Amino acid sequence: MTSTKKDPVVVILQLTGGNDYFNTIIPYNDSIYYDNRPYVKYERDQIIPIDSQLGFMPTMGPVKELYDQGKVAILHGIGYPNSPRSHFRSMDIWHTCEPDKVGTEGWAGRVARELDPNKENVLTAINFGHGLPRALAVPGVPVASIADLGTYGLLTGITDQSQRNKALELFSRMYSPTVGGGMVGDYLRATGTDAMRGADIVKVAPERYSSTIEYPNSPIATHLRDIAQVYLADLGTRIFYTQHGSFDTHAGEAAAHPKLWQEVSEGIAAFFQDLHEHGRGDNVIMYLFSEFGRRVHDNGSGTDHGAAGVSFFIGDPIKGGMYGEYPSCKPEHLEQGDLVPNYDFRGAYSTIVEDWFKLDGKPIVNGNFEKMPVLK
Amino acid sequence: MSHKEDLALMAHLMRRAGFGATREELERRVAKGYEATVEELLNPTDEQPPGQVALMLRYHPSFLLPGGVPFAAQANWMYQMLSTQRPLEEKMALFWHHIFATGNSKVDNADQMLVQVELFRKYGMGDYKTMLVELSKNPAMIFWLDNNENHRDAVNENWGRELLELFSMGVSNYTEVDVREVSRAFTGWTIAPKLPRLPYGRFSWKFEYKEEDHDDTEKSFLGQNGRFNGEDVIDIIVKEPATARFICRHLYNFFVADEPQVPAWTIEPARDEEALELMIDSFVSSGYDIKAVLRTIFTSEFFKKARFAKIKSPTEVVAGTLKMVGEFQFPDYGLLQIGKEPTYMGQSLLDPPSVEGWHTGNEWINSGSLLARINFVADRVANTSLPGVQTIISQMKADGVRTPEDLVDASLEHMGYLELAEETKGQLLEYARGGGNLDWKDQETSGRRVGEMLALIGATTEYQFG
Repeated sequence: MTSTKKDPVVVILQLTGGNDYFNTIIPYNDSIYYDNRPYVKYERDQIIPIDSQLGFMPTMGPVKELYDQGKVAILHGIGYPNSPRSHFRSMDIWHTCEPDKVGTEGWAGRVARELDPNKENVLTAINFGHGLPRALAVPGVPVASIADLGTYGLLTGITDQSQRNKALELFSRMYSPTVGGGMVGDYLRATGTDAMRGADIVKVAPERYSSTIEYPNSPIATHLRDIAQVYLADLGTRIFYTQHGSFDTHAGEAAAHPKLWQEVSEGIAAFFQDLHEHGRGDNVIMYLFSEFGRRVHDNGSGTDHGAAGVSFFIGDPIKGGMYGEYPSCKPEHLEQGDLVPNYDFRGAYSTIVEDWFKLDGKPIVNGNFEKMPVLK
Repeated sequence: MSHKEDLALMAHLMRRAGFGATREELERRVAKGYEATVEELLNPTDEQPPGQVALMLRYHPSFLLPGGVPFAAQANWMYQMLSTQRPLEEKMALFWHHIFATGNSKVDNADQMLVQVELFRKYGMGDYKTMLVELSKNPAMIFWLDNNENHRDAVNENWGRELLELFSMGVSNYTEVDVREVSRAFTGWTIAPKLPRLPYGRFSWKFEYKEEDHDDTEKSFLGQNGRFNGEDVIDIIVKEPATARFICRHLYNFFVADEPQVPAWTIEPARDEEALELMIDSFVSSGYDIKAVLRTIFTSEFFKKARFAKIKSPTEVVAGTLKMVGEFQFPDYGLLQIGKEPTYMGQSLLDPPSVEGWHTGNEWINSGSLLARINFVADRVANTSLPGVQTIISQMKADGVRTPEDLVDASLEHMGYLELAEETKGQLLEYARGGGNLDWKDQETSGRRVGEMLALIGATTEYQFG
């Protein structure tokens, strides 16, 4: 599959741990916010107003700038019914779109399978980080997982380059299809060859890359720079996945939350500046989500697991603004002290799958859900 | 049998009935004899290293009650696999975890997951009835399969169904009515009221039998009638021929050779019907004793011939490699991260993808997991500062390993008497010849070449089999 610059691309950024929605997009003119947050709140004069009711938390300035350029869509009240308030279960639900049973196929992996049914490109979907998030795991779909683009590959422990090249040559001979060994052996060799091909192709990305943009020094900014490098190298990757955290701020939220969002916001700003410097912002959208929001009332030092959260779409193709409604914060409208979700996350996925990738969303997200008109 | 052949067979046994063994341990066990080793594995007398719990508590307090930190529980288990003096017992715990696949993704109480593993250690080699009864009372399992929501007046069939489908008989051997009746028999088997979670910790859970919530009326299960309770139902289940076949096939898949995935078992014939029959005979004639089946397996010809007939699970790759290189025999710094390594290869311990467990065999392999496996092994065996690698190097030196042929052969032996396709071996030889003979006067270069050869062997397709 040859890549064309017109192929739509998505970057999924997972805010792992449960981002505090109530403290991210803040109803700063509502006394309920201040009443519920005696210890874990942002001061009125530091909140960045969006309108007369809502504002970004203080370290989201770079995102606010993109918002002012009309490139950020805020999806209010996202979640699903009967939140289990468990990270692992909730993340599973977001990854597999199976709220009622334990699912085994990741939604983004299904998208990759549809985008490249003949597995022509081993780099159709790439995760940046350790391991493979379940969202990308579908049996038989090749997905690369890159912890660090600079050192990605096979037998990277061999530091002597000429020695390593010899070892890799040997590897490719040992994994060549002419070696006998039965069906399972054949499968192993094909997979090993895929892995090596992927590593081989992707290594050109840092070589081809040149940019004046300086990314800040944080793990998420580094992953986003790696993503920019691979994207700009035109390797045909359509789904980039990465994560940042931990947003599980049960304690010490006042210190941790601003730091986390500063890293995310600055990373995102650098990423889009980079794309613009290369004139390549027109076919990339970014999607941010977290597995749940957090409890409305703080616990003295942090906040506990909640339900409704917030998602963001960012990019040039995005029609900026606010979508949906902020869930009611009135005590009588909370469930177990939590904001109640009023928008199903599978609708946001359907928006990506159908309106961006032009695929049938139903088999991927397991049903029909209300989409949001966030694309221009 | 030659001494080398004895060692190779012992390496096979220890890979399957444990997590591998160093050359020194293999020599020791060969001296004792194969049958004696099997008996020792089946009836372990050695206790865990003295003070192990205290050590773990001192170095990694989060190991013992990991609460809301699942990777500490994973590290706890990985450490037990590396340091155990009762390898088969520990391997059986892993086997049962594959079958009774319970996931912390839902349980969200890592303490209780470790309690379940302890149950597998305790009952894993005993009679199957006791195992199923204890499993039915295990709080993590009760919560995982919603039996706490299974009430006299509102039956929840989750546990009842999986008990039949995944834990004993397999599909198509019972009716929907049977599922209903089993579920009714287990009404009232619940956990004592759960306290709410702490932010970081978890409260312990306890089994509770609520008589007032148990449906004590007449039930009809697999053609038998009575006011069955859970234990009565299990009594019927273990005697069903379908159960013997289902459990023995699982044991064959785990210990002997890769079978197709479980859903295909009703269509695909067993890989070795004769072997399966032998195992089933042992199971039934011993009164449903797992240990009897294991003895039949390990002393059989079909087992001895099944070398490298299975793709290693990620846990086997990680534990086997760490044992070989001698890492984490002590709870050193870094151990907390080591439990995550199988996750990077597709097997998140204590968190299987679903109650159906992991798909095994070649489904362990995809491009990401294969890279992770190869790099994990290569990075460690090529690290000449690790104690196990140093031992291998000095043994090779003492054994007079000199020519490229010697180097390849000795490396294969140290990596478990691995058998390679002729082509692969030829290529490794050609590679080794590029460096000429080993010159032990330059210990560092020779050591590096040994490590490199071990790494290259770790990268072969053959090494993915165990």
